[in-house]
Amino acid sequence: MGELKLMKGNEALAEAAIRAGADAYFGYPITPQSEVIEYLMSEKPYERTGMVVLQAESEVAAINMIYGAAGAGKRVITSSSSPGISLKQEGISYISGAELPCVYANVVRGGPGLGTIQPSQADYFQSVKGGGHGDYKQIVLAPASVQEMSDFVKLGFELAFKYRIAVLILSDGVIGQMMEKVELFDQMPRLTDEEIYEKFPWATTGKKKGTERRIITSLDLDSHKMEEHNHHLQRKYKTIMENEVRSEAIHCDDAEYIFVAYGSSARIAQKAVDMARAKGIKAGLIRLITLFPFPEKQLQAFCKQGVKGFLAVEMSAGQMVEDVRLSVAGCAKVQHYGRFGGIIHSPEEVLRAMEQQIIGG
Amino acid sequence: MTEEIIIAGFGGQGVLSMGKILAYSGIMQDQEVSWMPSYGPEMRGGTANVTVIISDERVSSPILTRFDTGIILNQQSMDKFEGSVKPGGVLLYDPNGITRHPERTDIDVYQIEGARLSAEMGNTKIFNMVILGAYMKVKPIVLLENVIKGLKKSLPERYHTLIPLNEDAIRLGMKNVVRKTA
Repeated sequence: MGELKLMKGNEALAEAAIRAGADAYFGYPITPQSEVIEYLMSEKPYERTGMVVLQAESEVAAINMIYGAAGAGKRVITSSSSPGISLKQEGISYISGAELPCVYANVVRGGPGLGTIQPSQADYFQSVKGGGHGDYKQIVLAPASVQEMSDFVKLGFELAFKYRIAVLILSDGVIGQMMEKVELFDQMPRLTDEEIYEKFPWATTGKKKGTERRIITSLDLDSHKMEEHNHHLQRKYKTIMENEVRSEAIHCDDAEYIFVAYGSSARIAQKAVDMARAKGIKAGLIRLITLFPFPEKQLQAFCKQGVKGFLAVEMSAGQMVEDVRLSVAGCAKVQHYGRFGGIIHSPEEVLRAMEQQIIGG
Repeated sequence: MTEEIIIAGFGGQGVLSMGKILAYSGIMQDQEVSWMPSYGPEMRGGTANVTVIISDERVSSPILTRFDTGIILNQQSMDKFEGSVKPGGVLLYDPNGITRHPERTDIDVYQIEGARLSAEMGNTKIFNMVILGAYMKVKPIVLLENVIKGLKKSLPERYHTLIPLNEDAIRLGMKNVVRKTA
């Protein structure tokens, strides 16, 4: 068993970055995720593993540092909260076009604009539908515990390098700020420059005599080549959709009514399931772990099981609910419930919404 | 067993760190825990509160509106959280600065004069440990030995000399907590 600690989600993410053998963190502080860079600065990973921690002059600079370092085959990570993530979108689009691996975290706060510093889940569209320009996708992991804030950094790097893709850890102010027990994984080694050169035939590590030039770019003025590149990207996304869907079904085997939620809303909905079961309502929860790829088939399976209704619970005005509707295609009633703008719904409110909008509605 | 607690008072009273010590103690006795603070502008000079859950099972919602125990350390928090204690639950409070004492009769109300006792000990910084002791007496969920273990694990080595003082404060709280309801 690994080392047990009581940590904030933000701290667990930072510690996991060091342990996952990251080469660098580039970031800029913003509430509610400033503990990430605070923790890294106080831990001095440059003394532990040689990992670089750098506070950039802005979010735009930070994401472009990620772009450059990822191009060199380095294992790099950044994090921010909603307004800062918006600033990073141009870089994410470039990274996606150039097919570079990186992990970044959004500890979501209420918006739009500068909004509030309290928790929210209103960045779902930006995360899964493409916050930047162009036909790109990124893998989106939604941690619902401090443990997963740690585990998903390791998983995120695995997926990022497996598919040469950006992986977003979509968290929120609840998961970032709360403390829970976390079992830390063991320190993984950072790759040497020689290992990077051998393992990643695309990485720009400096042209050696008699070898081909390696070029990282998202630009190709030949539209036919660009169309082919886009086809290649789409095939990759399809492979990801076939192989990397993750979700967790809780009390769903005999469920008639199902909550669909991710992140902190999934924790709240889980309590609502317990309260519903105590009242004799056959309720269950499907917790989405990957938001892209979206667990469509898992939701469709509930239709065959005869589920009577789904309640999408998210701290937004209704974003993920659209993908739930697309997935179940009218087989059962689908409604949305959520508080937003920085207000967190309570388990009681969530259960009442199920009773009024789905069961009684 | 699941114990859902709200600790609420002024910023600077040690509300958040008391919650952290409780959570750490839970881990020391192999339980699941969560610690969810209020964060943001309200913490600067205003009220601070933290929800702590200690359970034998995986903790579901870290966000709660009803609590088994309310530990209330100022009037604003009394106004806000007296009604949030579940019927049959516990409300523990420090009467210092309280102008309207709890009125509910469907819960068990306990009083601890943490501010006075810690001032008499000559160290108001251990106020929160006196309160913690009172809570541990009323609800013996975390054991003293596990609190001490948790302190040792969570405090930097240079503060370990302060652990006996903290232990004395906990014992003082245990000894002086008073039941107010029949």
